[in-house]
Amino acid sequence: MTNGHDEAFHGIDLAPGDEHVEAGGIAQRVLGYLTGLGLAILLTATSFFVAGTSLVWEPSIPVALVVLAIAQMGVHVVFFLHITTGADNTNNVLALAFGILIVMLVMTGSLWIMSNLNHNNMMPMDQLMRMQR
Amino acid sequence: MSTIALTEDHHGGSTAVRDWSGPASKRIVTGFGFWIFILSDMVMFSAFFATYAVLLGQTAGGPSGRDLFDLRNVAIETGFLLASSFTCGLGTIAVDARNKLWFQVSMAITCVFGLAFLTIELREFSSLVARGAGPTRSAFLSAFFTLVGCHGMHVSAGILWLLTMMAQVYAKGFRADIQRRLLCFALFWHALDIIWIAVFTVVYLLGSAK
Repeated sequence: MTNGHDEAFHGIDLAPGDEHVEAGGIAQRVLGYLTGLGLAILLTATSFFVAGTSLVWEPSIPVALVVLAIAQMGVHVVFFLHITTGADNTNNVLALAFGILIVMLVMTGSLWIMSNLNHNNMMPMDQLMRMQR
Repeated sequence: MSTIALTEDHHGGSTAVRDWSGPASKRIVTGFGFWIFILSDMVMFSAFFATYAVLLGQTAGGPSGRDLFDLRNVAIETGFLLASSFTCGLGTIAVDARNKLWFQVSMAITCVFGLAFLTIELREFSSLVARGAGPTRSAFLSAFFTLVGCHGMHVSAGILWLLTMMAQVYAKGFRADIQRRLLCFALFWHALDIIWIAVFTVVYLLGSAK
């Protein structure tokens, strides 16, 4: 059985198992970062445009901003952090999924509970007094 | 990480076929460990974000986000941080190409962009405090300074780390352990940019919405 790692280290003086060289030529990888940069600029510009414009139906703006932000995070994760669906990335993706779960729980949980509390506190004072009797 | 596939042979039994033997390389293990740290950092930030979102309206009669935030400034900050993320990526490629000059130049540019970002942020903070909108003014402003300040502290720490890595590469070259540190640094720097996306969206754009 041959060590599948050998091919990856042609021409470079490395201890096996110590490190690896990213696949793809330099030009290809620069192009990858440029793609990510272009997409990120596009999404950021759209975000700032949507926030300042009156062309978009106003109640939809917060949702649009959140969607744009999540899309841009996705772009960064793929093009800059290189968290992919590749075989050596399974653990990273699983950890990311768990992280997203916790972040969502913290954010939506806090907002949900606090908006409920605010809603209950909105009651006019006399009504509150009547309830206490 | 080794993959073991079970294949059916002609006799109906199964044989274990391993297409790769041995443990994962140190680089992958280090990257995974640092990725866990970044994710836990993001969980911490999510608590700050939740606090900010909850306290957004609690201005105690003081100024609200719409009165205070200058979106043009924020756009420039965003541009600097995004550009620094890109040059950091170029530095990562330079490491794999074993090109010291290219690495040092791209890291120096990353550092300058990061410092420009920090300068704009600190000027914004000091102008807020000078206008009487410091962190003690209202719950909203406390949450604002905590969240954005925490991100700024991360960027400051990142710049210190960046300078350390430039010195280490200069003194020791692209050794295997130095390369793993560079991998972690790149992860950290890109993660800061991801958190900034959430900051400019939630804090500035949503915070100054009508």
